[in-house]
Amino acid sequence: MTRSYYESSARARIAGLLDEGSFHEWLPAADRLTSPHLAALEQPAAFDDGVIVGRGGIAGKQIFFAAQEGGFMGGAVGEVHGAKIVGMLERAVCDHPAAVLLLLETGGVRLQEANAGLIAVSEVMRAILSARAAGVPVIVAIGGQYGCFGGMGIASRCASAIIISEEGRLGLSGPEVIETVRGVEEYDSRDRALVWRTVGGKHRYLLGECDTIVPDSVEAFRHAITASIDNGDDWSLAALEREHQMLAERVQRFGACKDGRDIWRELGWADPDAIAMLDNDEFIAAAQGRRAKDK
Amino acid sequence: MENLKYRFDNGKPTQGVTAIVGVLGSGNLEVLVEPAALGGACEIEVKTAANGFDRIWQAVMSDFFARHRAGDIRISVNDAGATPAIVSLRLDQAIETYIAQGKIKT
Repeated sequence: MTRSYYESSARARIAGLLDEGSFHEWLPAADRLTSPHLAALEQPAAFDDGVIVGRGGIAGKQIFFAAQEGGFMGGAVGEVHGAKIVGMLERAVCDHPAAVLLLLETGGVRLQEANAGLIAVSEVMRAILSARAAGVPVIVAIGGQYGCFGGMGIASRCASAIIISEEGRLGLSGPEVIETVRGVEEYDSRDRALVWRTVGGKHRYLLGECDTIVPDSVEAFRHAITASIDNGDDWSLAALEREHQMLAERVQRFGACKDGRDIWRELGWADPDAIAMLDNDEFIAAAQGRRAKDK
Repeated sequence: MENLKYRFDNGKPTQGVTAIVGVLGSGNLEVLVEPAALGGACEIEVKTAANGFDRIWQAVMSDFFARHRAGDIRISVNDAGATPAIVSLRLDQAIETYIAQGKIKT
């Protein structure tokens, strides 16, 4: 049986990804480490503040994980939520698990917590880099309903690798935010095709921001995560310089493009509109030599 | 936000392992079930975003206790405006998960 990653709760995703019986949660729901900010605003607060952190096994390898629950306030990062992720990453620096896995589904900072949420996100970024500097690969998975946006979109690009599904979305300002700030003429957030060719999984894979694209199933994510752990993490200065060069060339090459389709055409796709219809295997095969990384 | 408390006496002591089900999202709720030495009673605490529905909560919880008669447990609910039918289903799911996890452990 294949279980949709997109449709699953954070707890169901973790249960499906980890080796059976290996799940161990830190600060579980019963500890009631809830948000003091939401209590002050007279709002019900989730027992786990919308994120599950802990350790477990994947294909026999010990990993640490954090899984954001998009259903609770759109996976938004509050003070406690962020501190749980940071604490887990800092423990990874001490304990050296085979990898840290971040299942991100978030709109970014929890606005109710304002500055505390912003600080939390910046601490997550620093903690990701600390874990990588200590030799622990940090692998991000994106495939939930709410995508991965705001500060956590930046945090995800601090990681060693990103695995995304076609349904996954990755960006900084989300579609609704762009429309609110710049107007519907600039960006129509209800135009789903436009949204997906701006922030969707296939586009992010073609731009080289995501390393792996998988079909929407927990099992497919599990395979990709296992492979990603085996790949390790290139944290060298040369790798960083290559990345910066790629980004500089990308701006030069695509800076004038108005639409994802223009970029795809420039990448050598004769019929950009057909991309949306390709299934995952067809898409990966057709994308060989046609990603921004490939030049 | 409203904070409601219920207690039902003379339930069957019910063994299990702490369980959490559901998500605190719009129209949904999360239910935490924990073992508690309450002399066979079941205590329920509800935090809900929707004010003024205490009589409906009382009815839904009474029905739940009548169905399962589960005692020596503490149930904590965070609610974001779930309908009574959803609440009943989640409570059933929670107690079944609590009991099932207990069986795996032993």
